[in-house]
Amino acid sequence: MSAHVTSPEPAPAGTADTSRPVLSVRDLRVWYGTPRGPVRAVDSVDFDVRPGETLGLVGESGCGKSTLGRGVLGLAPEGAAVDGEVNFRGTNLVSLSKKQLQELRGPELGLIFQEPMTRLNPLMRISEHFAETLKTHEPGLTKDQVRERALEALRGMGIPPSRYHNYPHEFSGGMRQRIMIALALVLRPAFVVADEPTTALDVLVEAQIIRILADLRRNFDTALVLITHNLGIVAEACDRVAVMYAGRIVEQGDAREVFARPQHPYTQELLRSTISLSTTGLHYIPGAPPDLVEPPTGCRFHPRCPKAMKVCAAVEPPDVLLNSGSTSACWHQAQNIAGAIPPEHATDGREPLALAEEISVADEA
Amino acid sequence: MTQTALTSAPEPGSLPVGPTPAGKRFRGLRRFLAPIRQAHGMPKAMLWTGGIITALLALTAILAPLIAPYSFDAYQSGGHQFPKQGHPSGTHLFGTTVQNFDVLSRVVYGARTALEVMILAVVFSLILGVLLGLLAGYLGGWLDRILVLVMDALFAFPYLLLAIVAGFMLSGIIGGGVVTAALSITIVYIPQYFRVVRSSALSAREQVYVEAARAMGAKPSTIVRKYLFGNVIQSVPVIATMNAGDAISTLAGLGFLGLGIQPTEAAEWGYDLQRAIDDVNSGMWWTALYPGLAIVLAILGFTLLGEGLNDVYNPTIRRRRIIRAVLPVPTARKRLHEAAGNGGGTGSTTGDNGKAGTTSETGTTPEEGDGQ
Amino acid sequence: MPTKPDTAAASTARDGAEAGEPLIEIEDLKVHFGLGGGGLSRLTGRGAGTVKAVDGVDLTLRKGEVLGLVGESGSGKTTLGRTLLGLNRPTGGHIRYRGLDLAGLSERRMRPMRRELQMVFQDPHASLNPVMDIRTAVGHPLEIHGLAASEEERDAKVVEALERVGLHPAEQFLDKYPSDLSGGQKQRAVLARAIIADPRLLVADEPISMLDMSVRAKILQLMLDLRDDLGLTFVYVTHDLASAKYFCDRIAIMYLGRIVELGTTDEVFAEPRHPYTRALLAAIPEPDPERAVTRNLPRGEVPDAARPPAGCSFHPRCAAALSACGWEARDLRTYLERRWLTLEPDDWARERDLLGDLTGLDTPGLLEAVLRPGRGGTAEDVLALLERLREEDADGEAPEPFWRGVTALELRDGAVRLAFAEPADPRLLPVAGAGTTVACHLHDPARSAAVPPQTPASA
Repeated sequence: MSAHVTSPEPAPAGTADTSRPVLSVRDLRVWYGTPRGPVRAVDSVDFDVRPGETLGLVGESGCGKSTLGRGVLGLAPEGAAVDGEVNFRGTNLVSLSKKQLQELRGPELGLIFQEPMTRLNPLMRISEHFAETLKTHEPGLTKDQVRERALEALRGMGIPPSRYHNYPHEFSGGMRQRIMIALALVLRPAFVVADEPTTALDVLVEAQIIRILADLRRNFDTALVLITHNLGIVAEACDRVAVMYAGRIVEQGDAREVFARPQHPYTQELLRSTISLSTTGLHYIPGAPPDLVEPPTGCRFHPRCPKAMKVCAAVEPPDVLLNSGSTSACWHQAQNIAGAIPPEHATDGREPLALAEEISVADEA
Repeated sequence: MTQTALTSAPEPGSLPVGPTPAGKRFRGLRRFLAPIRQAHGMPKAMLWTGGIITALLALTAILAPLIAPYSFDAYQSGGHQFPKQGHPSGTHLFGTTVQNFDVLSRVVYGARTALEVMILAVVFSLILGVLLGLLAGYLGGWLDRILVLVMDALFAFPYLLLAIVAGFMLSGIIGGGVVTAALSITIVYIPQYFRVVRSSALSAREQVYVEAARAMGAKPSTIVRKYLFGNVIQSVPVIATMNAGDAISTLAGLGFLGLGIQPTEAAEWGYDLQRAIDDVNSGMWWTALYPGLAIVLAILGFTLLGEGLNDVYNPTIRRRRIIRAVLPVPTARKRLHEAAGNGGGTGSTTGDNGKAGTTSETGTTPEEGDGQ
Repeated sequence: MPTKPDTAAASTARDGAEAGEPLIEIEDLKVHFGLGGGGLSRLTGRGAGTVKAVDGVDLTLRKGEVLGLVGESGSGKTTLGRTLLGLNRPTGGHIRYRGLDLAGLSERRMRPMRRELQMVFQDPHASLNPVMDIRTAVGHPLEIHGLAASEEERDAKVVEALERVGLHPAEQFLDKYPSDLSGGQKQRAVLARAIIADPRLLVADEPISMLDMSVRAKILQLMLDLRDDLGLTFVYVTHDLASAKYFCDRIAIMYLGRIVELGTTDEVFAEPRHPYTRALLAAIPEPDPERAVTRNLPRGEVPDAARPPAGCSFHPRCAAALSACGWEARDLRTYLERRWLTLEPDDWARERDLLGDLTGLDTPGLLEAVLRPGRGGTAEDVLALLERLREEDADGEAPEPFWRGVTALELRDGAVRLAFAEPADPRLLPVAGAGTTVACHLHDPARSAAVPPQTPASA
């Protein structure tokens, strides 16, 4: 793929161009309706993705990361209410109609799914998949151009050109996922969401795909949001990371920085409870993620937080932009800023929160 | 992304510690009925209409001796013979038939016959169909192949023809009556239960919990009873209700062809309808109208009930009701900058100030947004 | 490496038996599945074959130990675990347990044994009957094996088991249905069901892989507690080396139905010997920014188990493979296809035309490949190309192991003929001076002396 980064304009001020986010999300909310009330799956989320950058979106199941990934692309489920701003190159995607979004999806916005087999038509050759995708969005292409573009995309993913006319079932799971990625990238979208792209794959194949994704950001201007529950994958393939908990991004920043010096207690606890090769003792977060119909007041993590203070239970923490460049939504960082703690909590807000009762296994996830 | 873990988050204390006997006993039933309670829109209307018609039918059948002015085979009362083909009048509200029977009484008792035959037929076919389906589905092999062959052959027959043949053969053995009619209809409906139960047993057999039961050391009979039955049986009530309407029409068809129940044994709508054919030509509408209406109503009631249940229980048909969420006015998130050792002016709120004033800063205004 | 909790408690196994005494001895176990030869498989040219899910496994399970069966999909780890409980019928071999050979037992005679041999499945939700409440579900093994005289006794035991797995207060869970519980709670209930009949062996098939990160550690801790408290012997089937490293005493690395490396966890992780083990270890993404996944990942994917490679199954992906590792004709095609990925489209088209149709190479087990030139040239051109490739790739930065297996490259009857070395199955051999056993020619003293010195890729 590296062979074809010849963008039409050489971009004279390359730095200025890449520093401007290709996608900028502000105060995005995606709520689902249920008989019990709305589920606040994504509740006021901000993030930016720059060209060629990979943002890892991590969190446990039910934290809203998949909803966020789809919501950004305008794929929130029927009945969901979406507001806020998803600024993609000057257009707010939230305000676009379904048809307008449909036109953007493919050439501008891409999505890579978890299950590759279900997304490929078993009766169509790989060549036909590419022909269809390319012809739909770039009708002017000749047959040879289609072939050239498709083979180039496949080669970047390690699919031999001799397999171009094969059917999906003739490929292994990992190859199918690479074909899916190639299909998503052949139109050269500016922004791609990959939703757990390696979950269904074997360890070694997963590592191969992570390598491909990691190379992508170097050789390509595509901005990628990689949704995963695997912190290792984020550390491996992402420039920046956003940690989600209960519908909110609690911490985001440079991946190395966040993993080396996690600031938000949830990030710290999540990293500690991950079983890795260097694990020497088991650690886990007590309790379960909250019900997003009635999330806890204040900080949503406070009922499970080992460092909770009185102010955490009462007032929602602000997003604190730290000197390291990370952002953490936690009172531990905010309390040092004068005037951050509301006056009514100024006196006792910093006292540790006495948990009413020990969180029992009955509440665990 | 599933929300199951969240929606089922237990609330300690809200549950009684230790089971209350009633709670324990009806737990399964309540779980089964929950979808019905959550029904809405079209399925709900069908359920209610069908339910009311069915209930009225059942009530009529049970209370037939109280409702009907005469017995179904009475042609006289107090030594006074009924008129032949009499117009509807004060003494005979629905008129009388060519055999001097009171139409109203025949129609009311007909409900009883219909219900009896229907219940017997449904129960017989259900028991046999479910049993054979479970065996075929779980055991497989040659038994399965033979049963499938037989059932497919039965299924391929026109159902009325099958019922006629069965009725003909059975009446030669045990005579014509309610049980004979019920048995001939039973044969028609066994394949339906068999097919549904067999296919659900086939898929349930591959489930991990069945494998787990095997790993626990459970015998095949235990697995069928405890692990397959409960999961396979769920689609059966829907078929049963759907078949109930069908059974009534088959019974009427048999009666109409004179193969059903003898008029002296019980009142039967199909038979009455057949006797009324000649009447219609001579302008006597009442002998045909009322039994016909009764047939239509009974079938309609059961069909509506069945379709309603099907909509409620069948996951492939059931469309989740889309509840639109309504967003409250957003609360601006506070954004602060960490500044090393500097207080004062560095803390700045960069949120949307216009909106910030409208709602409280905690951002947890509990707004119920589940309206349409 | 102090990565393990104290295992001393585990030695208090029941029956006064000492830890280390064999509980189950598996000898040359084979589980083969026949593939139905449907119309589709005939159309695609793949005839009905046999999948050797487990192909000759020797293993001894010691009392009170946790043995990890680690591998990717298709490695046979799950089949091996299930076969221990008689859920799969072995094609050959023996499973000796308490003087019985489980491999030969009928289903009827196997059933009572399952009281002592229990299993926990991957998906806790699927392994509980959705229409059975927790009381009945957890208590069912008691009922099956007639271990509770009355309902009260059963309930008391159920409560005890639930409390033991941390579902507290147990009364709160008795009348719940699986759908009322969270994933972690369900897996606890499944564990309660597995231990309620007082088993000796617990086969845990990926018990934490479907759970959330923050819950995995809890369930793992619970299983450790159960082992220590109940003296259970565990077989832990997983693809996750990190949790295996923490949880297991010994580890068997499996690949395509065979054990390729077996040893104590400490040894296997400290010095992995088999190239596959090394690859697996290097491929784990770690949330440690200082440690990056190696770029030298094995190529390709786990091959089709119905057509396993000759010799060592791992050889097509192994960078260090030797001549005897089992090179065959289809490896030539893979090699060429891999090469084409690096070529410019024009060069590729030229080579493709020159080499013609390669599908003939796909038949498994061909020790001779005959290449007839395509439209684009003569046999001499083909030979020249292959000889050039051999020269370029056989040595250098990243030597291509494929050429080590080629014993002859010559012109014959207007075609190019390649012959491959006779493949040899690597046997599981003890490594000198270590407690591990490895099935790899690189570690076979009889062979490694005869081959060029190896530079095993850095782990």
